[in-house]
Amino acid sequence: MSVSETIADERAVRGTSSPILGMVLFVASEAMFFAAFFGVYFTIRASQSSWPPKGIEAPKLGIPSVATVLLVTSSFVLQAGVRAIQRGQTRRLERLLAATIVMGLGFLVLQVWDYSRSPFGIRSGIFPSLFYVMTSLHLAHVAGGVVFLSMILAQSRTGQLSLERHEPVEAGAIYWHFVDVVWIGLFTAFYLLTR
Amino acid sequence: MIETRPRTMAPGPRGRFVSWLTTTDHKRIGILYFLNSFLFFGVGGVFALLMRTELARPGTQIFAPHAYNQLFTIHGTLMVFLFIFPVLSGFGNYFVPLQIGALDMAFPRINALSFWLLPVGGLTILSGFLTKGGAAAAGWTNYVPLAAQGRTGEDLWIVGLLIVGTSSILGAINFIVTILRLRAPGMSMTRLPIFVWSILAQSLLVVLATPVLTAALMMLFADRRLGASFFDATRGGNVLLWQHVFWFFAHPEVYILILAAWGVVSEILPVFSGKPLFGYRGVVLAFLMITALSFTVWAHHMFATGAVELPFFSATTELISIPTGVLFFNWLFTLRNGKLRFEPPMLFALGFIAMFLIGGIDGVWTASPAVDFALTDTYWVVAHIHYVLFGGTVFGIMAAMYYWFPKITGRMLSKRLGQWHFWIQLVGFNLTFFPMHILGLRGMPRRIADYAPNRGWTFLNGLSTLGSYLIGVAMLIFLVNVITTLRKPRTAPDDPWEANTLEWATSSPPPPHNFDALPPITSNRPVYDARHTAARAEGTS
Repeated sequence: MSVSETIADERAVRGTSSPILGMVLFVASEAMFFAAFFGVYFTIRASQSSWPPKGIEAPKLGIPSVATVLLVTSSFVLQAGVRAIQRGQTRRLERLLAATIVMGLGFLVLQVWDYSRSPFGIRSGIFPSLFYVMTSLHLAHVAGGVVFLSMILAQSRTGQLSLERHEPVEAGAIYWHFVDVVWIGLFTAFYLLTR
Repeated sequence: MIETRPRTMAPGPRGRFVSWLTTTDHKRIGILYFLNSFLFFGVGGVFALLMRTELARPGTQIFAPHAYNQLFTIHGTLMVFLFIFPVLSGFGNYFVPLQIGALDMAFPRINALSFWLLPVGGLTILSGFLTKGGAAAAGWTNYVPLAAQGRTGEDLWIVGLLIVGTSSILGAINFIVTILRLRAPGMSMTRLPIFVWSILAQSLLVVLATPVLTAALMMLFADRRLGASFFDATRGGNVLLWQHVFWFFAHPEVYILILAAWGVVSEILPVFSGKPLFGYRGVVLAFLMITALSFTVWAHHMFATGAVELPFFSATTELISIPTGVLFFNWLFTLRNGKLRFEPPMLFALGFIAMFLIGGIDGVWTASPAVDFALTDTYWVVAHIHYVLFGGTVFGIMAAMYYWFPKITGRMLSKRLGQWHFWIQLVGFNLTFFPMHILGLRGMPRRIADYAPNRGWTFLNGLSTLGSYLIGVAMLIFLVNVITTLRKPRTAPDDPWEANTLEWATSSPPPPHNFDALPPITSNRPVYDARHTAARAEGTS
């Protein structure tokens, strides 16, 4: 057996990038999950003469716009953290991770605040059904992401992450970017395409 | 020879029972999958026998319609989600790492989680029987508005399936990462055992289709309990949406339920024909084409709604019969001129080919909207699904059981009992389900607890019930075979069938670390190669 083959095998047996591949597959699965909801959204929307349907006030843009800026920015901050750990800068990673978590928490607070000011409840018809179910499932994903990133932060603080071993950070970033992209879709569907 | 690292076992005072509860060994988890699956198979099977008993003659003898509705709903749900899929995952768990020469799955703890979610989900669904109004009763397809009207049992069905769905997604991710990342040196994708390819294709479908079911279940739950109106046409929703979202998942699900059985049969036929699999690459390509096409056919379940594009979905459905036909011809050419050995695994594999052929042809017919309009929601559909999932998958599962039992337990199942099991199951199966074709053509609707005596359905229903009891007898023979074999000493050789793939290169049962050493892998039949190299070496010395 050639040397290169042995090395390739060693990598395969240790499965160095298994967590990242696992996360990519998980995100693919999650993408199908949200795709089903978007499919339903556009099917319903296409059958309505006005959107939102008559009698339902379109959600206000103010707070969600701030939330959007916060979440999108957090993705860039987190990616800077990935760059940092790829250069072995653990301290910098921790600062950027903490910033991402705070921004994620900020998004959650803004979202709940926005719910509390909403002019309609889930029982008010099909638009509110779509709005609350889709955005709250996304909210749950952001909350899960905050927990996930906090666990990675704890790993880093206890010295488990390094230049050599940082798959959790990359996997976490893949998830966080995905959640971010889903939000851009939701923001477009419920706040921009309703005017 | 490549040395593999032995795993450090946790020696400790913990009892055997606790060690099974906490195991992360893919082989033990595989065995847990088998135990759990066959328990649910038993429950689902008894439900089927009860239904057949009720239908043996006209009139309501044992079950009022509502009880009958619960029986067929839970029968279908258990068989699809808690028997067929998990038992195939069990084979995948046990044999994918062995066949690719790996130490374990990529994520052993997630693997354990995937398993333990199954009994939790299954019992959640069954617990519906304890609630007021009973278990879910809207059929395994759970159409709204019927599903929206069910009581607590319906909610438990939804929650149970959410848990089972999560389990299968985690399991599928684990399989894909294991197959892509943990292959032994020399085990390139084109040398992958065909069973592993089938599990890879199946897992891709699970990862992409199951979340759509999760979404559907959440919308239904929101409608039922939170006041949403996704499926409520009076409040802006759309009743047919459920069928679209459900079948977008459930048609790939049908392929999820049969791909691994195809893999098993493609593994067994070459071994018992003494020939390599005919057209290995063709089979792989057929698996992948079916995987892709299965996402384009869902609305053929909805022809009769009048709300779907008939030519499109009919054409895509007919298209799937092309790769499926490729599989059939590859199997037949594998058999051609082979030295056939009619051991029980081979009998079941041949039974699979014959029965699945009938199920497949049924499917091609019903893919024509004109035919479908006449046959939809009749017993014809029941015949079709059972020729695919029982005549196909369950025969495949039994083939796999007889084939791999010696590897799992170190003991050979009785050949004589295996032959009895096969022939009684074959006769019983055809007696049960063939008449349903004719009943369907004569207009008997499915999912009814009773029928009028003057419809000309009585004799065929009696025949069908008789056949179902024969299936029950066949399963008892299988159970006796398993129990008596497990009480015998471990005498099975490492490679009792002169097989091809790596699981036969280790002891029966394998050690916790799977392999002491691997043979060189230079083709997709490494054990065959090793056997023949050894034979040649003996010949020359």
